[in-house]
Amino acid sequence: MRWIWIDRFAEFHSGVSAVAIKNVSLAEEHLHDLYAAYPIVPHSLIIEGMAQTAGILVGEARQFREKVILAKIGKATFHRLVRPGDTIAYRAKIDRLSDAGASISGTATLGTAGPDDPLIAEIDIMFSHIDKNLAGLAFPEHNFVFTEQFTDLLNTCRNGAAGVKI
Amino acid sequence: MALSREEIYSKVQGVLVDALGVDEEEVKPNSRISADLGAESIDYLDIAFRLEKAFTIDPTKPFKIPRGELFPENLEAMQSDERYVKDGKITPDGIAEMKKRLPFADFSELEKNPTAEAAQSLLTVDAITNYVASKLQ
Repeated sequence: MRWIWIDRFAEFHSGVSAVAIKNVSLAEEHLHDLYAAYPIVPHSLIIEGMAQTAGILVGEARQFREKVILAKIGKATFHRLVRPGDTIAYRAKIDRLSDAGASISGTATLGTAGPDDPLIAEIDIMFSHIDKNLAGLAFPEHNFVFTEQFTDLLNTCRNGAAGVKI
Repeated sequence: MALSREEIYSKVQGVLVDALGVDEEEVKPNSRISADLGAESIDYLDIAFRLEKAFTIDPTKPFKIPRGELFPENLEAMQSDERYVKDGKITPDGIAEMKKRLPFADFSELEKNPTAEAAQSLLTVDAITNYVASKLQ
């Protein structure tokens, strides 16, 4: 299984904001794990989808030189359930970016019409550039955060979405 | 218009409530950020980001907190340095060095009881308020 919870980027504004799309299918096993008779996307995986959208945004802002690790979920407020057949749009905006890390404010909305779509969740998260924070601890030289899976995702944007600057 | 100390304190209090998920009543002038309010390492970055946002009135003149200025990163390294910590006590040289790095903190408690544990008393809500007030001048 590939641990990727977004399908493609619809918008990507380097160092500023990104919108990623996730189509939810009844075929996804995890939908059936919480309530067998009422499949929904677990809230934790909605947060993970936001973390992947925002993590790639933060990583790309420094040309993937940093190891960008989810360090804090400042806020996660949920307004509706996500069901099979739904489309989630993750909208992530960089509030602050420094050598040490980044803070992101984000929303997940239902559908692809725009930011005024029905709100699924409001999620604010922080990332740490771990090499800059845990002085003294050795991490592998290679960037284990941004594997090919994630860089392939960025290509979904390069290969078609309008208004994209990468 | 310059902010009064009360206004600065109130904003600092709001930042800590949001960053640490504590109640406003828990955030008192002498509350210690780590020991009393439960801040961990990533929270320091969160607090610094939120202070920058809260005190940036004019976007053309952003309020910036240089790295390590409010929350020095190398205080722990001092503990393994014999000049600064000997037999579990912070030496006068150690206190002098810490005063250089944290000029906005109140050292009166630490000077009475110069242990590494007591060093936690330095970073209080008041100390952060002093820091912001000095930066805004």
